[in-house]
Amino acid sequence: MNDDDAREKNDSSVISRRDLLRTAGAAGAAALVPHSIAAAAPAEAIEAGAAALPGPSIATAPAPTGPLMNLTARETEILSAMVDRLIPSDELGPGALEAGALRFIDRALSEAESDSAGAYRSGLAALDRYSHYSRGAAFVELSATDQDSVLIDLQTGGATGANVGFVGSSGSFFNMVKSHTWQGTFGDPHYGGNVDFIGWDLIGYPGVRLQVSEEDQRALEADELTPVRRSAYDYATFRADQ
Amino acid sequence: MATQLRGTDVVIVGLGAAGGVAAYPLAEAGLDVVGLEAGTWLDRRDFAPDEIRNNYRDWPMLIDKCEQERPTSRATSETTARRVGSHPMMNAVGGTSLHYWAQSWRLNPWDFRVVSETTRRYGRSRVPLGSTVEDWPFGYEELEPFYDRVEREVGVSGQAGNVRGAIDGRGNQFEGARAREFPMPPLRWTAFNERMAEAARAHGWHPFPGPAAINTERYQGRRGCGYHGFCSKGGCPIDAKNATHLTTIPKAVDTGNLRVVTQAHVTTVQVDADGRVTGVNYVSGGTEYFQPAKVVLLASYTYENVRMLLLSKSNAYPDGLANNRGQVGRHYLSHHQGAGVTALFPYDLDAWYGLPAQGVAVDDWADDNFDHTDLDFIGGGNLWAMSDRRPISAAGMSTFGRGRNWGSAWKRFIRENSDRSHYFYIQKTTLPYEDNYLDLDPGVTDPLGLPVIRITGQYKKNELALAAFMQDRAVEWYQKAGATEIVRGGLGNSMGASTHAYGGTRMGDDAETNVVDRWGFSHEAPNLGVLGASVMGTSGARNPTLTAQALSWRTAQHLVESWSDIAE
Repeated sequence: MNDDDAREKNDSSVISRRDLLRTAGAAGAAALVPHSIAAAAPAEAIEAGAAALPGPSIATAPAPTGPLMNLTARETEILSAMVDRLIPSDELGPGALEAGALRFIDRALSEAESDSAGAYRSGLAALDRYSHYSRGAAFVELSATDQDSVLIDLQTGGATGANVGFVGSSGSFFNMVKSHTWQGTFGDPHYGGNVDFIGWDLIGYPGVRLQVSEEDQRALEADELTPVRRSAYDYATFRADQ
Repeated sequence: MATQLRGTDVVIVGLGAAGGVAAYPLAEAGLDVVGLEAGTWLDRRDFAPDEIRNNYRDWPMLIDKCEQERPTSRATSETTARRVGSHPMMNAVGGTSLHYWAQSWRLNPWDFRVVSETTRRYGRSRVPLGSTVEDWPFGYEELEPFYDRVEREVGVSGQAGNVRGAIDGRGNQFEGARAREFPMPPLRWTAFNERMAEAARAHGWHPFPGPAAINTERYQGRRGCGYHGFCSKGGCPIDAKNATHLTTIPKAVDTGNLRVVTQAHVTTVQVDADGRVTGVNYVSGGTEYFQPAKVVLLASYTYENVRMLLLSKSNAYPDGLANNRGQVGRHYLSHHQGAGVTALFPYDLDAWYGLPAQGVAVDDWADDNFDHTDLDFIGGGNLWAMSDRRPISAAGMSTFGRGRNWGSAWKRFIRENSDRSHYFYIQKTTLPYEDNYLDLDPGVTDPLGLPVIRITGQYKKNELALAAFMQDRAVEWYQKAGATEIVRGGLGNSMGASTHAYGGTRMGDDAETNVVDRWGFSHEAPNLGVLGASVMGTSGARNPTLTAQALSWRTAQHLVESWSDIAE
């Protein structure tokens, strides 16, 4: 048992994450409350060039519990497990699932990334076949350690030659999911990810501001700049109804 | 049959960085100008600071002509050209100046005289074999008044280093003499920028802030930069970036003499039996129009300018307009900006609210600012320590060999290091060669069925030796600033598509080796002008836009002054 396994056993958040899996990776609450805090951004303050006011943090809305739009329950389960290993929830804090990366990907597959839907379907099926072929069980049934070693095989292209159905290199599929997971964790909450600014908190990004004064920059350098918690689209300039 | 429109004096194909500048002096002089632009107007409300849209998805473009015309590329003529990656050109009024980095450099005097200066100092044999490089038909001094004019009309911030020969140590001591200071002071420096400047000085180098078409104080009624951090491939939500849709295009519209036609997709330039151009055909909303004009100025991107000429075949020009000597597409080069170096520092760089035009430049190793006697290359590179970071790309940073780039161990790494990496792309002198060129791809077409441009281009020995030399200087700089990990990128091979693409319609006095004359007008079709970096024969070690804009203004002014000779 390695460190990751030990953490799994002791981490109370495991239960909530399992719940997430069962409810098809429910997160993305921010996407459902796009305008709830926008009113807090006085347009005239922005227009006058004042430093952005720190906004209130987005209230926790009930998580959507329905299935994903673009993936079956089985595909969702596999993708959830993969995303969960890419950026796990651990003692450093929540991970990609909690940040809503799964909901982000699902929405992206309906919109900007619709061309990738087929690659997700075939890639997830191939991942599961490779898991059976190389580790003797479905991906979601594997221990965290075994899941990681399967994902390393995918990333390095090592799973390509197993003839389990990867289109091109298994590394292409891995990189696609990783890229979208990063967008869904560290991108603007407008797209359904980065719930509660989980991603920005992890890397210490102090948030979207339209005006950063010299004083703000010096405060950042002194580690004294208060993070702004808002989406770009919470600023009046960019609201759809303006 | 195309619908015939009312004639105009001048039609400009493309209202971007170059065409958007030329429109103003023409309209101001009272000429009737029609500006045909494939894209639409966009404004600050379209420019949300949104990394997903700007850097990972498509821009808010209604028209994506440039994406459909994306070139194919290959290193040499022995291989098959393929379409790879994307190309961040922009279809909109203002063009790519809407979302470019806005670095607004003048070329240095050496860049205009590479052949004669190299010959004078080191001998003719030091000009690399196979290179088709020529001196420009004029020197820096000829272009200086136009640089000066554009810096004021568009709005460029910076620190002068040489005002009429008086050297100012705060600016670039290697720059050509300028008539006066910049109209605005430079972008501010962060603590990390200051630290890099200090490290450069410790090497005996001469650091200075770079020039930018970005307001640093209220200028022409618009605000100074907000340093919001989304300038790379991002439009400015407070109109502080001086894209032409905010500067020269509105000024031209205000004269009453510029008519902007958006969503106009120009397909061909028409000519008469004498070989003079008569106007252009364009498609808009499924209808084809013919816009007659006394003078046509091509002002789209390098690939599109060349493509338009090659597609416009006629009895007078069977191999493409202005190409009876086979020079269209030749002398192509894309700026060698790669062969970068990446570093990891043991301290935060506080770069979240920077922009790529904000930083510390070092020109000690650029152009011929150092002795090349014992070196195996000519030219040099500009070192640039910018301040630029966004969250998704920060989280995607290199782990510098410290384990895999995902998982719990990675989370610990990224929490500590997300704001501690830095990258030098290095812009270097790049030369044109016999076997680097643009032509029409034999197999790939756009949705109208017209072939796209094929790039055949490879960096040669001179560029690769220079790249290795510049990486050494970059490593020295990072070491002095305290970097704990330093990684060199590859030296480069295939040129590929670039945002710094030069040549293809090169400017020069010799009609046998150049497409346009010293004023930017075709040697063959006298009432056809070409604007943009496609007329430039050398790259220098810095961004091309300001030079393309200065040349555009100069071409436009020449047209005004020589109207009867050119147009009638």
